[in-house]
Amino acid sequence: MTFESAVFYFFSAILLGSAAMVVTIRNSVKSALFLVLAFVSAACLWMLLRAEFLAIVLVLVYVGAVMVLFLFVVMMIDVNMAVLRQGFGEYLPIGGLVAVLMVVEIALAVSPRQLGPTRIAASLVHAPPLHMSNTRALGVLLYTTYVYPFEIAAVILLVAIIAAIALTMRRRPDTKYQDPARQVEVRARDRVRLVKMPTEPKA
Amino acid sequence: MGGLTALWGGMPAWSQVLLWDLAKIVAIVVPLLLSVAYLTFVERKVIGYMQVRIGPNRVGPRGWLQPIADGLKLLLKEIIVPSGANKGLFIVAPVLALMPALVAWAVVPFTSTLVLANINAGLLFVLAVTSMGVYGVVIAGWASNSKYAFLGSLRSAAQIVAYEIAMGFALVGVLMAAGTLNLRKIALEQAGGFWHWLFLPLFPLFLVYFIAGVAETNRAPFDVAEGESEIVAGFHVEYSGMTFALFFLAEYANMILVSALTAVLFLGGWLPPFDFAPFTFVPPLGWFLLKVCAILFLYLWLRATFPRYRYDQIMRLGWKVLIPVTLVWIGVMGFVMFFTPWAFVFYR
Repeated sequence: MTFESAVFYFFSAILLGSAAMVVTIRNSVKSALFLVLAFVSAACLWMLLRAEFLAIVLVLVYVGAVMVLFLFVVMMIDVNMAVLRQGFGEYLPIGGLVAVLMVVEIALAVSPRQLGPTRIAASLVHAPPLHMSNTRALGVLLYTTYVYPFEIAAVILLVAIIAAIALTMRRRPDTKYQDPARQVEVRARDRVRLVKMPTEPKA
Repeated sequence: MGGLTALWGGMPAWSQVLLWDLAKIVAIVVPLLLSVAYLTFVERKVIGYMQVRIGPNRVGPRGWLQPIADGLKLLLKEIIVPSGANKGLFIVAPVLALMPALVAWAVVPFTSTLVLANINAGLLFVLAVTSMGVYGVVIAGWASNSKYAFLGSLRSAAQIVAYEIAMGFALVGVLMAAGTLNLRKIALEQAGGFWHWLFLPLFPLFLVYFIAGVAETNRAPFDVAEGESEIVAGFHVEYSGMTFALFFLAEYANMILVSALTAVLFLGGWLPPFDFAPFTFVPPLGWFLLKVCAILFLYLWLRATFPRYRYDQIMRLGWKVLIPVTLVWIGVMGFVMFFTPWAFVFYR
């Protein structure tokens, strides 16, 4: 076994183990932490493929931002696992069906027909020269050859973000908030009134 | 000595590489932890003098042994795990806080040759690794089973995530000006005197990066994570002894890291401000350390000068001031670099 394959099996084992823990462990915070571990192991596998940009961005975006916010939510809500598990048998058939469908879809998407050597060779027409680092090559492809699809995808994501915020934001009439401009403009005489008074005459 | 050389030569190549790298790591981490210890001392002294006090002066000559005494005290104290706390996570949290602060040093170039891992995606690596530091805070707050700790950790995590965005955008500007993600090459791009350093063309981004760095490390005036007067001590209120010391180490190691990165990215790293004698007599490492120390002093100065921000003001500053500033400046840079003849201002 070469060094690379040893590293591969090491991180794959951690990835699969932590992914299994995500769905089986009872404590939801620990489950989220195992998901973090799964992301990090996946990043290490990508690093092994010399896809350093993807690996680092996975850690930066998913581990550094998404999972932190996720943990936030999980920590603040009190999940009662017993209630959650009540309908387990009831939902098993439909859940199983969805799982099988997903496995089939993934298998189709990454099958040799789709990602085999011939397909990859065909897509290499636009490929940047091999001596470029992975990060630079991705940047060149995204911002020259595929700039329109990339920008359109970005705009769609932006629209989705704004839509999500607009749908979930409720303006409650009793919400208190500060207006910094007014806070800055305030002068002492607006808040405090100094009154001149004669001192009490001595008794 | 001859026996040792023979032993070294007889070892397989992979173990030689391993031992050599380990030695380099020790050579970085040990001075780093020592400087962390003495940074706490310097902080107390500097703030002391700024407040017309003397500061610690009892342990050893002029108080120089104070950090050693503090360290010993923290080592010997009992680690108390609160009842109802999640014990495993409670112990892991400080380790998770310290780990990223040390790992990021792997790619920091001290001089043009003195760098542990000279990788192409160095800047991205630093961003990714430091973004993991927030887990220590979040987990500590949750595992403590205390509402003060929990509130402190939530505040702090929201703050760190918010300022990370401004920091990332500021680094986009550095990336555009330097044209590379390799930290060593970024510093080398700034060769030839201080007017080539990136802090001049990128001045708004330099400011944003430094402010975001102060906020990221939870230092005053952005230290609402601790907020003694509001939530006792924030996320580490339940920690004692060595577990508390690890959080402390992480905070100071992060301070030094942000200072080192500011020096490399905006202030020319190890390069002298003028490319002629007598400035070139100072060794490159000397210039690097000098710049790091100057920025660290700024940290301490800030702490002694400013009162703590209110929480909503922190969020406002991060989202509504710093992020728009970076976005506008990136837009300006892009426009100038591609559509005007003044691209040389940003990119050589």
